[in-house]
Amino acid sequence: MHLPTREQSGVLIVSVSGRIDHIASEEFTKALDPLLANCVPGQPPLLLDFSGVEYISSAGLRVLMIASRRAKGQRGVFAIAALQPLVQEVFAISRFNLIMPCYVSLDAACKVLGA
Amino acid sequence: MKKVCFWGTRGSLPVSLTARDVREKIISALTAANGKSFKTPAALNEFVATLPFSTTGTFGGNSSCVEIINGGAEHFICDMGSGARPLGQAKIATYGVPNPQTYHIFISHLHWDHLMGFPYFAPMYIPGNRIVIHGCHARLEEAIRLQMRSPCFPVDYSQAGARIEFDLMTPDKAHYIAGINVTPKLQLHAGDSYGYRFESIERTVVYSTDCEHQLDDLVEREACVKFFAGADLVIFDAMYSLAEAVSVKADWGHSSNVVGVELCQAAGARRLALFHHEPAHDDIQLNRLLAETRRLEQITRGDQPALEVISAYDGLTVTL
Repeated sequence: MHLPTREQSGVLIVSVSGRIDHIASEEFTKALDPLLANCVPGQPPLLLDFSGVEYISSAGLRVLMIASRRAKGQRGVFAIAALQPLVQEVFAISRFNLIMPCYVSLDAACKVLGA
Repeated sequence: MKKVCFWGTRGSLPVSLTARDVREKIISALTAANGKSFKTPAALNEFVATLPFSTTGTFGGNSSCVEIINGGAEHFICDMGSGARPLGQAKIATYGVPNPQTYHIFISHLHWDHLMGFPYFAPMYIPGNRIVIHGCHARLEEAIRLQMRSPCFPVDYSQAGARIEFDLMTPDKAHYIAGINVTPKLQLHAGDSYGYRFESIERTVVYSTDCEHQLDDLVEREACVKFFAGADLVIFDAMYSLAEAVSVKADWGHSSNVVGVELCQAAGARRLALFHHEPAHDDIQLNRLLAETRRLEQITRGDQPALEVISAYDGLTVTL
């Protein structure tokens, strides 16, 4: 899985797209790994741009939870932004909106997380 | 198999409505009535039918006990939670005494909430009845006897009037029992639990409670999808939200509504019953959980046929 990155307002934005189902979640884990390794104090906050994600399954959500936990353990900043409406519903139904930092838009996230 | 009747649907611990819960239901009903007057009982009933289930009813508080109604004198029951008490009373009321019956009881695991109803299951005290307790745990008989021994219980196991037999089943093997093929499957839970797949010529029911699904274990996922394949009804442990199940309550041995929908969709099951409700959830929360689960099924269905989602409650009978 290819995860393009760019920097905006001191935040490392990672574009995620497609369907993150039980099969894709393993690749998603691997693709996130090097990015999470750098999610530490002194490095830009890591923000996943979810505007291109059409679907996420329980396995995909679990990957996000583990990523968030790892970042927190390293005292790094990790968040998600710009969820499509249906994906946002999945987050609410699964209660992931309560355990993951989610922002309505990239701009809103960058305002809070950026330097 | 014709019907499934839920006698106990609560997880972990039996619960009951409190005075405050009842008061809130009355307030909700009167608020909805908004000063209306009802000239006849029929008009009143019509109005009550428009109210949500969380106002007019309750999901109930007995722990796990589910009956699969097959017709005839051989009865199929999953687990002996506290719901076994009203089930036993209903059987005595229906068949009277003496009228020998055979009860096949399938035990998911030996935790107390799944066994505690057995000493209150009235048919066990009636001579002439035959009770066959099926399960996969080597200590099944020991566990059943243990809770009917001083100082835990005033009536000793030896006082049972019925003939009680134990049948140690082999997981992943179909056992032909009174016209039904029953296949147990090992599940992830402290001390192990077992799900059961019941297959008759025309219908399939899966009882799968107290099971945690490891979301990164694709082999186990496929095994589970196969176990649920084409089922007319899957009774599924939906105790926690997905967020709880993978974070603070990981390794607690339970699952979520989200995983239930995903597995049933992958398995092409026809109907999903949310089961083993969290004891801390009230009727409003459980109603909301059902509505959200139906919405999840709708937005993730794709081109597949719709999966019907229901939430089990004490006293619910489902026609297969």
